[in-house]
Amino acid sequence: MTLKGKLIAGLATLALTAGMAHAEGVKVGMITTLSGGGAGLGIDVRDGFQLALKMAGTSDVELIVEDDQQKPDIAVQIADKMIQSDQVDVLTGIIWSNLAMAVVPAAVAQGKFYLSPNAGPSALAGAGCDKNYFNVAWQNDNLHEAAGAYANSAGYANSFMLAPNYPAGTDAIAGYKRFYEGAAAGEVYTQLGQTDYAAEIAQIRNSGADSVFFFLPGGMGIAFMKQYAESGVDIPLVGPAFSFDQNILQAVGDAALGVRNTSQWNKDIDNPANAAFVEAYQAEYGRLPSLYSSQGYDTANLLLSAMAKADLKDADAFRAALEAADFASVRGDFAFGPNHHPIQDIYVREVVKEGDVYTNKIIGTALEDRGDAYAAECKM
Amino acid sequence: MRLTGALPNFVVFAALIAVAVIADLTGNPYIVTLATKVAIFGLAGVGLNLALGYGGLVSFGHAAFFGLGGYVTAILASHAASATPVATFPFTMMGTNEMLAIWPFAILVAGFAALVIGALSLRTKGVYFIMVTLAFAQMLYYFAISWPTYGGEDGLSFYVRNTFPGANTFAPLQFFGICATMLAITMVLVALLTQSRFGLALRAAKENETRVIASGIKPFAIRLTAFVLSGMVAGLAGALFADLNRFVSPTMLSWHMSGEIIIFVILGGVGRLAGPIAGAAVFITLEYLLGPISDHWQALLGFLLILIVLFAPKGLMGLALGKRGNA
Amino acid sequence: MLLLAEQVLNGLQYGMMLFLMAAGLTLVFGVMGLINLAHGSLYMVGAFACAAVAAATGSFWLGLAASLAAAAALGALVEIVVIRRLYARDHLDQVLATFALILVFSEGTRWLFGSFPLYLSLPPVLSGAVTLPGGLIYPAFRLAIIVIGVLVALGLFWLITRTRLGIRIRAGEADREMIAALGVDIAKLYTMVFALGAALAGLSGALVGSVQSVQVGMGEPVLILAFVTVVIGGIGSIKGALIGALLVGMTDTLGKALLPGLFARFMEASAATSVGSALASMLIYVLMALVLIWRPTGLYGARA
Repeated sequence: MTLKGKLIAGLATLALTAGMAHAEGVKVGMITTLSGGGAGLGIDVRDGFQLALKMAGTSDVELIVEDDQQKPDIAVQIADKMIQSDQVDVLTGIIWSNLAMAVVPAAVAQGKFYLSPNAGPSALAGAGCDKNYFNVAWQNDNLHEAAGAYANSAGYANSFMLAPNYPAGTDAIAGYKRFYEGAAAGEVYTQLGQTDYAAEIAQIRNSGADSVFFFLPGGMGIAFMKQYAESGVDIPLVGPAFSFDQNILQAVGDAALGVRNTSQWNKDIDNPANAAFVEAYQAEYGRLPSLYSSQGYDTANLLLSAMAKADLKDADAFRAALEAADFASVRGDFAFGPNHHPIQDIYVREVVKEGDVYTNKIIGTALEDRGDAYAAECKM
Repeated sequence: MRLTGALPNFVVFAALIAVAVIADLTGNPYIVTLATKVAIFGLAGVGLNLALGYGGLVSFGHAAFFGLGGYVTAILASHAASATPVATFPFTMMGTNEMLAIWPFAILVAGFAALVIGALSLRTKGVYFIMVTLAFAQMLYYFAISWPTYGGEDGLSFYVRNTFPGANTFAPLQFFGICATMLAITMVLVALLTQSRFGLALRAAKENETRVIASGIKPFAIRLTAFVLSGMVAGLAGALFADLNRFVSPTMLSWHMSGEIIIFVILGGVGRLAGPIAGAAVFITLEYLLGPISDHWQALLGFLLILIVLFAPKGLMGLALGKRGNA
Repeated sequence: MLLLAEQVLNGLQYGMMLFLMAAGLTLVFGVMGLINLAHGSLYMVGAFACAAVAAATGSFWLGLAASLAAAAALGALVEIVVIRRLYARDHLDQVLATFALILVFSEGTRWLFGSFPLYLSLPPVLSGAVTLPGGLIYPAFRLAIIVIGVLVALGLFWLITRTRLGIRIRAGEADREMIAALGVDIAKLYTMVFALGAALAGLSGALVGSVQSVQVGMGEPVLILAFVTVVIGGIGSIKGALIGALLVGMTDTLGKALLPGLFARFMEASAATSVGSALASMLIYVLMALVLIWRPTGLYGARA
């Protein structure tokens, strides 16, 4: 028996004990981070998702939300519960790549659909891809690749690169270098969760670099940008949108002004779907949507579009309906590649201040119709 | 073992079995999973209790042994799945997905780590011991995060639960049965050990070191033995935890994990055989019940824990038993 | 050479930051024999109080005062309601109760301020960089942290050795019954010491928060570092905390700065950065283990 065969045989026991009966409509299990330091991202994804359901006015989707506390073992146990006890049809919501790696392979092997609103680890885009796994955000490398492409067009030829020492960090620098054509002034891996960057900023100052690429998600990025602004070093920064989302920018303040960053979405993308989303989100929650909100919103709309076309009981038809991606994405054109990862434009944004609020403005396109580097390895 | 002392332990254990069986019969596999988690953390706690409760050695680094047991399991299982050797030097070693073959390795690796860490840490006492054991666990934690071979911070999935002769380990109740059996065997062994001459010497070394030295026993050797045995039990628990999730990650090695195991022990009652099981059961039940109430359930959990510490100083089992049982 | 000088200065600055955290912890540790895991939460409370008041009034200095006041008040409250019932208990009960306090404070803060990081920035006088003799360009706030660290250290030495409160604190450390017999209100003394420790944590939270990220959970990584510092220096010793903090700060900063380069001399470049930084993140724990194996009660701890 192959590995996959064994897995399916074993898990079939579970599916049998769990039974199959439930009524019309689709049951969605959302596993996301709602407590602790990383809660902001999960809350945005959940709010975006719920807003889309509310705006569609549908009662066909039953949504169960659970907090994974950003711990992989908790996420695995919640997934077991949702599949075994709640009998959900579709799973979604995970923010972090390491949690996705722990949950997604087992969930899709049990015949569940998984729609990723945020994490896109390379293993799930390449050899580990699956016909029931759809990524509605990006492959993890995408925004870094776009930063590399932008660095070329900005004429940078000697970049200093900075990322935490963990798989997503090494992937970030690899993604940047896939498009960036210049030399490396330095490549530094910091400790995960580090909050003081004096030593690294000193190295940047002395490196002779003409640009600094950094990937430091969450609080790490806030700390780095504030300290960088105070250090008197004025080499331009470039990075992926994760350090520049709507919520983080308010905490960084002036230190982020003018920094160029790459994103597949921004609130000023000019299409009716996006305008409606940004307005409704502000009306509903009293704050501007973030990148993560937009991804949660698109995920829900993708699901609704597939439900309108096909019945979930016919998995093949439902999968084909998902593949068609026949929904109005807030980022404009959106299609799935052969490995069920997005093909989309990635923009360059600049941090600006509008009144009292720090936000981003699109200043150009870094990559057009970008798929990802792993699609060729995917055999579905 | 005196019957009066053993009875409360038996009741706690039986209650755990009853919950799992009833949950399975009524079609609540997730409750069975939670009961399995209680059994596994209870096992880790029983192990820690050997050092902490009986020996007075407050280890803040048992996540190291728990995590090592887990990583041994995941590494052997993932090599078995990909049919690649774990090591080619000094001899070729292949992976395996037989629990009975994995456990001895997990226990030995954890025990060896406990021997090294214990031998160095036992030079210190009290708060210094707490912190130096933490230091060793943190070293392993950072190593696991940044070492790419087995997934680094992403962790390592092996998707298929390892096998056990005569059982379908995928069925929640059967896997629970395996964990509960290992817990029962360990509890009996620990009970026998603590009633033995060794156990008496260990407790005596905790109460009055000078007198123990005067009677010709070397407290260092006694303590180190207890620490190593304790680490081995935690390693076994880690192996089972890896199989529960079919996944390991550095969070198993983090100080939060060490802290959680300590909390299960204190919550249940330090030095009580079934205390950690009661502690883990209460903690996990609270987590399960409070979670849906509010996003801020952790604050409620905190308040409840404070009340328990203030009003049940001997842990939950101490509270339930009053002055009677002290086994 | 200039780079090395800058890194040494960075290490000194990082050490001073740790000292501000560790001083309060070691004081409470030493005087009351209490392991306070919630010390990191008081640090977080200081940062949030500073950010909230600075945002409302526009003044960083009012925020700083608020951080001291909020942390001290909360510290006193927690001492009276919970902590004072724990002095007679063993360390384990203290660990459990103060761990529970972390949960309460973290979620309470998130309930009050939301899940997103708060904005807090330096006042103009501390922002920007200055040029030091020798041509070294160095951020003003990092110099300020070094100065504040030195001032706090001097202040604490003065407090402990020269004031009535200090005499009582030292007497309380030495013999609890004796000092109570002398008519000192020990309960009041302990509340004051705890509030003082909390205020120090709040102050460092506000200072550090202004150049880092003010968010829920910010106290936990710092807490572990502060414990490492306290234990290396020897529990209860302010001098030990200072030396320990400087050792940890230097080891961490210089390790990060030098190790990857060192490994690059005999390894392929990308492997060297990865191995070097992995080792750098373990370095302070290696330092702590070595110090404790050499001196089981830390550098300046009371010998058993």
